[in-house]
Amino acid sequence: MNQRITCIASNTFREAVRDRVLYNLIAFALLLSGAAILVGQISIDIEKLVVINLGLTAVSLFGVIIAIFIGIGLVSKEIEKRTLYTVLSRPVRRWEFIIGKFFGLAGTLVVNAFFMAIGVFGALLYVAHKFQAPDGWVLVALYFIILQFLIICSLALLFSSFSSPLLSAVFAFSLFVIGTFSEDLRNFAAMATGMTKWLATAVAYIVPNFSALNIISSVAHAQPVASQLIVYNTIYALLYAGMALCGAVLIFQRRNLK
Amino acid sequence: MSAIEINGLEKTYSVGFWRKRPKCALKPLHLSVEEGEIFGFLGPNGAGKTTTLKMLMGLVFPTGGSARILGMDINDPQMKAQIGFLPEQPYFYDYLTAHELLDYYGRLSGVPGKELPPRIVKVLERVGLKDIRGVQLRKFSKGMLQRVGIAQAILHEPKIVFFDEPMSGLDPMGRREVRDLMEQLKHEGKTVFFSTHILSDAEALCDRVAVIHQGELRAVGAVAELTSGVQGKIEVVWQGTTVPASIKALGAECHVTGDTVRAVLSEESQDLALDALRRERLHMISLVPVRTTLEQYFVEKLKRSEKTAGSLA
Repeated sequence: MNQRITCIASNTFREAVRDRVLYNLIAFALLLSGAAILVGQISIDIEKLVVINLGLTAVSLFGVIIAIFIGIGLVSKEIEKRTLYTVLSRPVRRWEFIIGKFFGLAGTLVVNAFFMAIGVFGALLYVAHKFQAPDGWVLVALYFIILQFLIICSLALLFSSFSSPLLSAVFAFSLFVIGTFSEDLRNFAAMATGMTKWLATAVAYIVPNFSALNIISSVAHAQPVASQLIVYNTIYALLYAGMALCGAVLIFQRRNLK
Repeated sequence: MSAIEINGLEKTYSVGFWRKRPKCALKPLHLSVEEGEIFGFLGPNGAGKTTTLKMLMGLVFPTGGSARILGMDINDPQMKAQIGFLPEQPYFYDYLTAHELLDYYGRLSGVPGKELPPRIVKVLERVGLKDIRGVQLRKFSKGMLQRVGIAQAILHEPKIVFFDEPMSGLDPMGRREVRDLMEQLKHEGKTVFFSTHILSDAEALCDRVAVIHQGELRAVGAVAELTSGVQGKIEVVWQGTTVPASIKALGAECHVTGDTVRAVLSEESQDLALDALRRERLHMISLVPVRTTLEQYFVEKLKRSEKTAGSLA
């Protein structure tokens, strides 16, 4: 990675780290993981299932909120506050700025996920007293959650490159919700006929397939994850995020910074 | 080779939500700035100064024409490594300290990491901010931010520095310091291109100025050339608080300030006025022809261009 991208990424990371709102969200997520212990204690024999379910859902949900919350302002805030003027008047290409921002936000989310994961494993250890082999699949579920973050980051950046923070938040969150139910959308498309079928199929393929990236429930039931799924999901998430980033770069390359 | 070569650069925006209509922000601009000069880009608010600067910086894309800086295209990253830019009313990442901000900009400009710390210390000292270590920019006053802005523009030792309204937000002392800094930059062989509507700054600093109004270039030249028009009047200043009746009779405009009197009268009355001062035994301090100031020239130019625009409409 070139020095300018690294520089922009580390500054984006530093901005997120110094934002107090981020700490509130992380504290809230850790609190939710802690609450999983309490809920687990009143759930006879299914403590682990409840802890994993609640803990990973908290990591995923709060990570997405942080991704959207920070991602929507990454470009628009820089334009609005005119901080971009002193960056782009240097030997920085516009695509380098977008990629740098993406890596900065993705890095922030990976670090957040790491700390929140420590909370989940801590809760797991508290209720089960020791780790067992199937607990390793929790790491795969966390990896898939990070892949979700990459997609959300790239989408937030895409929307941020042409619209206001509020609209970007609405777009990104809508896509997250629709993407979470993309499997249902595909099932609906399979049952529908005519125009509705075409439309539902098109939407199901355009929106990110977060259903495939959500294996929290099966991991909570100690079911193994097929290695093929890991490879497919990795390729899918990287391609999807890559395409969204290309879109963001294409829009931003032509944008007049009035 | 010119430092900046602008050939017919123009910008038209589309305005309106439903029915887009064109709005011309800058009519084709032809301008050339030589290496090592301080060039003032003058015009009232909304004249097109910032639009021009933004196009030169690659922030806004021109709808026509082209420009070259140091012989290179305005989007060439190699060229951008050799220029510095201070935007109007700059705002920086307020969660950073001045040192962190300059470190960030230095790295983006390609300054080697080892060279950065001493350069940052030197440049902060140069803009009068040496004792601000550890203070986040959110705690800075407007004037201090302007100084940080100037620091980031000159940190990487660019060949050309572009300043958009560099004096805004500064107190008289700060303005003086910035003027001195711009003169130092010129002595170091750098080219300074700055936009302003504070004409006294331009008059004191610039080798040449361009006047722009309603997106159109109205005049270019050395300040002395533009203001060379002698008005056919003289200004006599003498010590005292009284104005002899014979000088009043010459139709002089007199102003008493403290213990000096300043009288402006026609050139033909010069000898009669001097005779009157001798007769009254008043001590003359100075006698100079009244020349057009840059401000008078500027106001006259704008009035004329507004009249032309009005008659065309």
